[in-house]
Amino acid sequence: MNLRRDVFQAIADPTRRAILLLVASQALTAGAIASNFDTARPTVSKHLAILTECELLEQQQQGREIYYQLNPKKMKEVADFIEPFRKMWDDRFNKLESIMTSKKHELLNKNH
Amino acid sequence: MEQKTKINAEEGRQEYTITREFDLPVELLFRAHAEADLVAQWMSTKVLKLESKKFGGYQFETSDPQGNVVFKANGVIHTFIPNQKIIRTFEMDNAPFGVQLEVYEFQRLTDDTSRLNMHVVYESTAQRDQVLKLPFSQGLNWAHNKLQDIVGKLK
Repeated sequence: MNLRRDVFQAIADPTRRAILLLVASQALTAGAIASNFDTARPTVSKHLAILTECELLEQQQQGREIYYQLNPKKMKEVADFIEPFRKMWDDRFNKLESIMTSKKHELLNKNH
Repeated sequence: MEQKTKINAEEGRQEYTITREFDLPVELLFRAHAEADLVAQWMSTKVLKLESKKFGGYQFETSDPQGNVVFKANGVIHTFIPNQKIIRTFEMDNAPFGVQLEVYEFQRLTDDTSRLNMHVVYESTAQRDQVLKLPFSQGLNWAHNKLQDIVGKLK
């Protein structure tokens, strides 16, 4: 459960979320990632370290460069965590919508 | 497919928001939250009391098919503005989640569509996290029970 908490702390930060979005389409070096932000390079490095530590990012050595890429398995785990709660409300609201749609004419007529 | 119901729950905060767009006029979306017989239908609960007005209160109760009460909740209404806003408290009996404050905003999008924004605030971050995990752990329990059933049959 500790690991899960770390993951949520990691994605709570807007810069780290922006980094995840950046590497979602392609693997990038730390330099290429940093060039997208106004913040100092060491700050970006720290964010990359946190994201790597909680396994949201994976490092891949290509020649002399280290590339960062998204770990889809971990991302899915995070998304899945809140999914049952979201699904519960989605089901409830779907029911609300279908009940109210079926009563639409009756309810609106009673109004006038 | 884009998800119709969206949840935003940031780590370390004691609140979350739920947003949903409906193919319903805002008047009907609002009535689904204000009239006891309608609430009972979509929430699948018995509505013992619902006084939809400022300083009104409400009570919900749900029983299993054997008649045992499995869910009981109550709260008071602080703000009631038809087709616009409801602010109320919500408290579940016999649960460690404390009292939550709920702000419901009803928005008209077009004549036939509307949006609901729910902002729910807890007494603490820990309580909020417990509520978010509740369906998750229930799902795990369910899977576990299912597994025991299957294993039981193998014996």
